[in-house]
Amino acid sequence: MMILSRLCAKLAGIVFTILVITSINFVLIHAAPGDPAMVIAGQSGAADAKFIEQVRAEYGLDQPFLVQLGTYIGKVVQLDLGYSYRQRAEVSQLILERLGPTLMLTLSAFFLSLIGGVLFGAFAGRRHGTWADLAVSLISLLFYATPVFWLGLMLVLVFSIQLDWLPAFGYANIRASSFGPIEYALDVAKHLILPVVTLSAIYMAVYTRLMRSSLIEVSHEDHVRTARAKGLNEGQILRRHMLRNAAVPVVTFAGLQAGALIGGAVVVETVFSWPGIGRLTFDAVTARDYPVLLGLFLMMSVLVIATNHLTDVLHRIIDPRIKGR
Amino acid sequence: MQGFMRTFLSRPAGGVGLVLLALVCLLAIVAPLLYPVSPWEMVGIPFSRPGENGMLLGSDTLGRDIAAGIVHGARVSILIGFASTATALGIGVLLGCIAGYAGGAVDAAIVRFTEIFQTIPSFVLAILFVAILTPSITTIILAIGLVSWPPLSRLTRAQVKTVSQREFVQAARCQGQSTISVVLRHVLPNAVSPIIVAGSLTVAAAILIEAALSFMGLGDPNFMSWGYMIGAGRTVIRQAWWMSVFPGIAILLTVVAINLVGEALNDTLNPRISRA
Amino acid sequence: MTDPLLSIEKLVVGLPAGADRSHAVDGISLDVNANEIVCLVGESGSGKSMTAHAVLGLLPKQVTALGGEIRFGGRNLLGIPPHEMRALRGNQIAMIFQEPLTALNPLARVGKQVGESIRIHGRMSDAQVDARVLELFGQVGLPDPASLVSAYPFQLSGGQRQRVMIAMALANDPKLLIADEPTTALDVTTQRQILDLIRNLQKTREMGVLFITHDIGVVADIAGRVVVLRHGKVVEQGLASAVLDNPENHYTRDLLDAVPGRGSVLAGSAKDAPLLEIRNLQKVFVTRQSFFARPRRVVAADGIDLTLNRGDTLAVVGESGSGKSSLARMVLRLIEPDAGDITFDGASVRAMKGEALRQFRRKAQIVFQDPYASLDPRLKIGESIIRGPMAFGASSADAVATATRWLEKVGLGANALDRFPHEFSGGQRQRICIARALSLDPVCLIADEAVSALDVSVQAQVLKLLSDLKAEMGLSMLFITHDLRVAREIADRIVVMQNGRIVEQAQACDLFEAPRAEYTRRLLDAVPGRDFFRRRALAGATV
Repeated sequence: MMILSRLCAKLAGIVFTILVITSINFVLIHAAPGDPAMVIAGQSGAADAKFIEQVRAEYGLDQPFLVQLGTYIGKVVQLDLGYSYRQRAEVSQLILERLGPTLMLTLSAFFLSLIGGVLFGAFAGRRHGTWADLAVSLISLLFYATPVFWLGLMLVLVFSIQLDWLPAFGYANIRASSFGPIEYALDVAKHLILPVVTLSAIYMAVYTRLMRSSLIEVSHEDHVRTARAKGLNEGQILRRHMLRNAAVPVVTFAGLQAGALIGGAVVVETVFSWPGIGRLTFDAVTARDYPVLLGLFLMMSVLVIATNHLTDVLHRIIDPRIKGR
Repeated sequence: MQGFMRTFLSRPAGGVGLVLLALVCLLAIVAPLLYPVSPWEMVGIPFSRPGENGMLLGSDTLGRDIAAGIVHGARVSILIGFASTATALGIGVLLGCIAGYAGGAVDAAIVRFTEIFQTIPSFVLAILFVAILTPSITTIILAIGLVSWPPLSRLTRAQVKTVSQREFVQAARCQGQSTISVVLRHVLPNAVSPIIVAGSLTVAAAILIEAALSFMGLGDPNFMSWGYMIGAGRTVIRQAWWMSVFPGIAILLTVVAINLVGEALNDTLNPRISRA
Repeated sequence: MTDPLLSIEKLVVGLPAGADRSHAVDGISLDVNANEIVCLVGESGSGKSMTAHAVLGLLPKQVTALGGEIRFGGRNLLGIPPHEMRALRGNQIAMIFQEPLTALNPLARVGKQVGESIRIHGRMSDAQVDARVLELFGQVGLPDPASLVSAYPFQLSGGQRQRVMIAMALANDPKLLIADEPTTALDVTTQRQILDLIRNLQKTREMGVLFITHDIGVVADIAGRVVVLRHGKVVEQGLASAVLDNPENHYTRDLLDAVPGRGSVLAGSAKDAPLLEIRNLQKVFVTRQSFFARPRRVVAADGIDLTLNRGDTLAVVGESGSGKSSLARMVLRLIEPDAGDITFDGASVRAMKGEALRQFRRKAQIVFQDPYASLDPRLKIGESIIRGPMAFGASSADAVATATRWLEKVGLGANALDRFPHEFSGGQRQRICIARALSLDPVCLIADEAVSALDVSVQAQVLKLLSDLKAEMGLSMLFITHDLRVAREIADRIVVMQNGRIVEQAQACDLFEAPRAEYTRRLLDAVPGRDFFRRRALAGATV
């Protein structure tokens, strides 16, 4: 019963959030200079008059404001994200096609940055006040301040152009169609390395800093003294009583970063021509293809909400205190 | 105040950051004197390497001076960084204060609203906002402000809540001081320092968002910006590395400087071991 | 005679540069024999905790043992290599700490944490370890050990957590148990249970126990021998009965005299004229974890009725969670009650708004528990005080004069005006808070645990100050405290609260001599050193 009511509360929360995001879309359409029908149809000139009339009727744009909002929400609920006149395709179709590569990129980056951040942070926090600590802190400060797209370009400059170790762009080799499955997977993995490293770097820097200070804080806690009084050695204390406790705030924070991660993916996919929804965003921006942009924003928001609930589960696993509440 | 400056400067990072930031601001101010010609003007031979044809950092694909672009780009970065942070602070501090003070249903509603905004992929919202409302300095500032306020609002709310629960604030209320006097003299001075620190870090983040926006082609077409320069240079990076390398270094240094200042501010304003 | 189990000789522990003195422990010598409890008693800064931590090599990083010896099992513990020290810790010498919530790892099940102690010092199969943990949980009196082993610390009560800590300490049958203020963070009835548990376990296992405490009442209850510390030096030591009954040193005598509970500062008599009346007060705190989740309810006041007469001191006593502090805050409208009436001087407090509320608060001032949190750290003392009178129209010069007068009255000079709170000790700050409250000429003073954070000798001084000021100004006082002894010391009448209800109210002496409610009796029985101090009082009366 408790579980059921909690689930209902959670669902209500999700629905509410999606409603708010849909309304933001709606408000933006109307805040744009010019005719809302133009916005929904795509930039002026791109669509013919007949299509615009069709849009006007479909979205009820001659109706009162609230009815329009209702119509818009109704369409979104039915997963109708509109039609890209420019690309001659349903927006939802366009997005779904590109979802796979983006998920591959963001999930790899998420885990790489989290694991790397926790390890480097623990390394530095353990050596608090030493040169090694200072070095890790400085490097993470630098990465934290580097624009993601520029870092990607610099990696291309070094690893693709100068050293010619890794491909500079794309998802797979042009001749990939002739590859066997293993060869193909390796080829994709090779293409994945630079984008993932680029996208991970800034988050790894953030998590390193967070983990470092969290570990230092935990090391002053009373239960660490208790562990020492039990006769544990420093390595055992670190592994059994400090790492997990220190990682709790890092995981919490990482969960909150899902939205930022997807924003980063937009830029990284642009740099590396990675055929995901980020690249689609860039193309839509360049072509001012508004229905695609609006749909992307909604889709990405839903993705982020889903990720948030996933990290919630992860969080419950490592911190038992949440369960009871 | 003197004690504050002394503590602040006693940390080398704070000093370095402050000097760097001052340098960037100085460049931004004197840009029209250093390079009176518009940075959009084609002044030399395209694809000049750094140092060639009298151009310190080389020229771009159209023969525009990279150094001039960087100096003028500082104006945009600094302006947008501070203006959008001011916008974010305006929204965030106001909502946070109201939520922290009012409590109850108002608080719950504002917290919920803030949470939703924190969930939204902020960079994507900024892209959408600027693209639909057409790119200009104003829309960029508004967009960045719009996506940067939630953390500030949460922080302000938490600060106001904890400080107004502190016993010296309750004592001041019991002393018969007016609400405004309690807020201005006791709550704000004790609540404001983490907000200042968070604000300074927001400036750094805002500069990064602006760079990414103009890299995507969503910069104000009337102003030269670092992100635009990198975006324009990236297609020819095989032939002309300097077009994208130098503006990137400019962003990196500026953001590092602001972060260093922010950290030094943090150490000065929120010492772990208080004087008590 | 056999060698003592633990022998500390001329121990010196240095503090880092910049501390208020160079040595935390300055040449302490003491012995602990097998099968006895030695109490190390002293006020804050006496070096008692540092001494205890030095034994197990658990001193904070910047603090080091500079000299002397700590002999255990024929070896000097200050000189042994780390791995040998680790072999002793939790094995032959075990330790329990003050705050059981933070002393346990919040993310690990308590059974596992106890089991870990066993595992690292011996080779036992998992089944043997589990059986041993269950056995230990039973021995320390934890209910339903089989299910409690898989609980997390946050799911247990404070007393249960401390029992888990004790089980952990006993895991390897230590010869010596070091207990660092193990009952200070607990409610008084829980404290009684834990003290009894430690004493019984010590007897059945014939352990040596080094028990650190600030409470001489606890010493009277459990100590075989006692060592009195002050400023890092031993003031006096000997058999507990000898030291407590015939203290040779004046400091020990002062400590004993400072223990409240005899009504010695009580002054004035009450007239039957009600100043503050509370009728049927109700308050339920509802907290929500999130917007959609089901709220949690905590009852803070459930039909409270009480009356404070003019010139009277009414103490409200209760354990944590009884609602006593919320009561004080509701009287001043710092928290809004859900229902009920509060009448002050004939006027309804709950109906007051704006200026009326301001004028009321001027007449009813409050002093809070934590002297460190109740003064604005960014303001000079003078500023903090004069803002009150100035808010009521006094000129700046008049307000400064008033502030000076009150600072002198509470025993601080006018030179305190220009100093910041962090320059003062806890007791001094509490005096400043009293001065700030009284500078508004209130008729009623609410003291919310106002002496609870203070050392016993400072506590005695502040209680005396409050009592003197009350007699001089004819103040009425509402005194909130968890400590029955403090209530007895200063109050004319006592109200006992439990879970938001009043279980008993009576004249202070009647309540102590003939408690009517079962809960009051339990509270009284739990007061540490009660028998000793009663005997002492009787002996004092006959001399």
